[in-house]
Amino acid sequence: MPRPTPFHARTSAACHSFLWKEWNGFAAVRAYDGHSEDEYFAVRSRAAVLDVSPLCKLDVSGTDAARLLSRVFSRDVERLPERRTTYGVLIDPKGKVLDDGTVAHLEGGVFRLCANERWGSWLRRNARGLDVSIEDTTERWAALAVQGPASRDVLAGLVDFELPAMPFFRCRAATIAGVRGWVSRTGYTGDLGYEVFVGAADAERVWDAILGAGRTRLVVPMGLDALDVVRIEAGFVLSGVDYHGSRAAMIESRKVTPDDAGLGFCVDLERSTPFCGQSEVVRDRDVGPTWDIVGIELDWAELEGLYHREGLPPHLAPVACRIPVPVYAADGRTQVGQVTSQTWSPILKRYLCLASVRRPHHAIGGRLRIEHTVEYERRTVGGTVVPRTFFDPPRKREVVRKTERTNPPAPRVQEHR
Amino acid sequence: MSQQGPWDAIVVGGGHNGLVCAALLAKAGRKVLVLERRHVVGGAAVTEEIYPGFKYTVCSYVVSLLRPWIWRELELARFGLELLPLECSFTPHLEGSGLCRWPDPDLTRQEIARFSATDAERYPEFGRTMGRLARFARHFIDAQAPDPASIWPRDLAQLASLGQAALELGDADLEIQRKLTLMSAADLLDEWFESDALKAPMSCSGIIGTFLGVRSPGTAYVLLHHYMGEIDGASRAWGFARGGNGAVSEAIAASARHHGVVIRTEAPVAKIKMSGNQATGVVLESGEEITARAVVSGLDPRATFLRLLGEQHLPPEFAKRIQRYKFRGSSGKVNLALDRLPDFTSRPGIGPHLRGDIAIAPSIDYLERAYDEAKDGRFSSRPYLNVVIPSLLDPTMAPEGKHVMSIFVQYAPYELADGPQSWPQHREAFGDAVVDTLAEYAPGLKEAILHRQVLSPWDLEQEFGLTEGNIFHGELTLDQILFQRPAPAAARYKTPVRGLWLCGSGAHPGGGVMGAPGGLCAKTMLQQAGV
Repeated sequence: MPRPTPFHARTSAACHSFLWKEWNGFAAVRAYDGHSEDEYFAVRSRAAVLDVSPLCKLDVSGTDAARLLSRVFSRDVERLPERRTTYGVLIDPKGKVLDDGTVAHLEGGVFRLCANERWGSWLRRNARGLDVSIEDTTERWAALAVQGPASRDVLAGLVDFELPAMPFFRCRAATIAGVRGWVSRTGYTGDLGYEVFVGAADAERVWDAILGAGRTRLVVPMGLDALDVVRIEAGFVLSGVDYHGSRAAMIESRKVTPDDAGLGFCVDLERSTPFCGQSEVVRDRDVGPTWDIVGIELDWAELEGLYHREGLPPHLAPVACRIPVPVYAADGRTQVGQVTSQTWSPILKRYLCLASVRRPHHAIGGRLRIEHTVEYERRTVGGTVVPRTFFDPPRKREVVRKTERTNPPAPRVQEHR
Repeated sequence: MSQQGPWDAIVVGGGHNGLVCAALLAKAGRKVLVLERRHVVGGAAVTEEIYPGFKYTVCSYVVSLLRPWIWRELELARFGLELLPLECSFTPHLEGSGLCRWPDPDLTRQEIARFSATDAERYPEFGRTMGRLARFARHFIDAQAPDPASIWPRDLAQLASLGQAALELGDADLEIQRKLTLMSAADLLDEWFESDALKAPMSCSGIIGTFLGVRSPGTAYVLLHHYMGEIDGASRAWGFARGGNGAVSEAIAASARHHGVVIRTEAPVAKIKMSGNQATGVVLESGEEITARAVVSGLDPRATFLRLLGEQHLPPEFAKRIQRYKFRGSSGKVNLALDRLPDFTSRPGIGPHLRGDIAIAPSIDYLERAYDEAKDGRFSSRPYLNVVIPSLLDPTMAPEGKHVMSIFVQYAPYELADGPQSWPQHREAFGDAVVDTLAEYAPGLKEAILHRQVLSPWDLEQEFGLTEGNIFHGELTLDQILFQRPAPAAARYKTPVRGLWLCGSGAHPGGGVMGAPGGLCAKTMLQQAGV
């Protein structure tokens, strides 16, 4: 039975649709107004707030906190400066991915791991002989993601520091609407955005302040349906959907190495404390990874043609699809992988897929065929392997110093000769 | 690519169609120069900051008809075009809570049922029927106009495939299709619905851009034209370009530049240069002469043939035809900068009903009366208004907490009783009539106005070069569409003058921010030798 999050009084009042889903044991809104279209456009053109309290949070402190996290995390946390956040994976002793998440180095020697699952006992098992204190703070901290082009302007007036100057992947303790907590410039939308952590008791006050400040900018609450579309646009893989964590995998073949999951980029091998499973990861890398998670763009004209042949307009589901479908080599017969997430991107006007494919079919520019059902019949549609980050606006990383603060980008009316 | 000639093509007029045509030609490897008279590209699809901090989508204000194939070929999303959905269609009334049609079918059913339970059930069926007919009509808008007089195999094949598509429609739909071409919008809707509150706002699509009333025959077709819009495969979807319609033009221009098109603004063309029966380039008002293998005009047919070219270069019959081609601008535009949102008595407060389009069209009689005044050479004292509040979709259109409002107004006849040149004397009175009308439904509107821009059809002609202020480069009436647009001899972008092509809304399939005339013109040019 899903439990309420600290924002429940507010989210349930705003949710007219009765569309909820379970997320890590909590009740989370899928779409506030029944269809996620406005929430999607809000996060891409205005700003939206998303209750991310169900994310599993572990606060790690003590003199060996960084060392412990370095042992279980693919990033070298011992070299992570204070007030920085990093994204990486937890790896099992066999070198297979357990989960992905972020580690934030907060002030006062406190580190916070945010992941999809609870890893307290796993950390404790790896903490033998270390001076650390590990606390599962999932219930203690309410977390709110404020994402979208206007998020900076909305939050700037509510915090006690120069927020526009905060670079991407930084974090810090702060007062938000009079409440002590933390702000981190991170998110799961691939857009300009922040995540705010406050004590559960202060959640509603912070929600009210942020939505109040955002009222004139038409900031709205956003549910998980819209999030699923934007995270695919951003090329972010989702544990349990695009790959399976080794703890949950029923069979060996479901387990993946960081390279198989397209997450090899966040493995630091040069480090003083090796991470659990490091030698296995190195060995697998030497042998050569077998899979990769890639972006695929479907051929729209061909897809449209399949529908037109049946006299139908192309059917575009208003939400992202997580039902896996086979991917074939260009011959249309040899299966080389599966699409695990797919969506139409209303902003990019492209049909996007995240897929696990066997190497060497992962190469950019490669041609593949993807199963697509039209009028109850299975067909295939051509697609091209493209970089997974389909949507990556400069504003995501942009830093605004005090002197150069400007209004939001205006439509360019004239520039050429 | 070099900024200098020799040019394969010069596109006269940097409106959205001219830019689409230029971009597609350049993408195919041609060297193209676009010459725009104003300081901004976009023609009638521009965003301008007329009042500091407030961005007006000055003329055209929504997007629906922009062809998906053009969007894809020019990668407009990559070049910054984002379309935000307009969520609903609200018709306020002086009494009662008005009618709002929502994207949610059941909400809409409940709204219509307050006026008529029968209409509420018929409404989705009407939408599906129009959707099927619009899908049939798309055979026409994504291809050259069919030529019924031609015996060329390709033309015969096109006619045969249209016949096939017509057969697939089925008898019932085909009958409606035939009727559509002859009926008035009001008559068509009378066959389906009984409630005036529903029929009135629905009939408005039938009169936009024409000098006809909702009871004039032929307007049913224009209504269908507005059902042809599609966004992401969803028919009848309307969107607002983030940043206003100037953002549409800017994205097309960015794509064009990416493909090597050179765009010169503040470069008004005085005339098209001729050598024998061949267009060889243009002469700018500055006297500068530029030669090219082809000249493509994004201007309307009259401006192209009679102003830039001159009757002496045209076959006499053709010249007459162009002279007779009807413009008869009938609409104006009012843009407002607002201190606060309007508050409608029929639905008080700020709500989602403000986030779509708002139509002042309380009854069929109201619309017909508005037309009656126009027939006598007066603007409607109580006009049909189509209102959009862009800053509710894209808050960057106005300073924080403030708003911009775009009001499309019909009727504002170009031919006033004392002549079109009398518009400057009547302009502010016209603006007052518009604001007064809206303020009847939203009291307090006047006090919220910070700035007002009024554009009469005469202003549209002076500032944007739209002959007689017609927003579609000529009325979309049956005698002026398909193979008769603008005239049989120029219906396929090619004109009687060698090397001169027509790519604006005055060519098939007509107006709206559709890009189809420009796109199809480029395709035709590339298929034919010489360009």
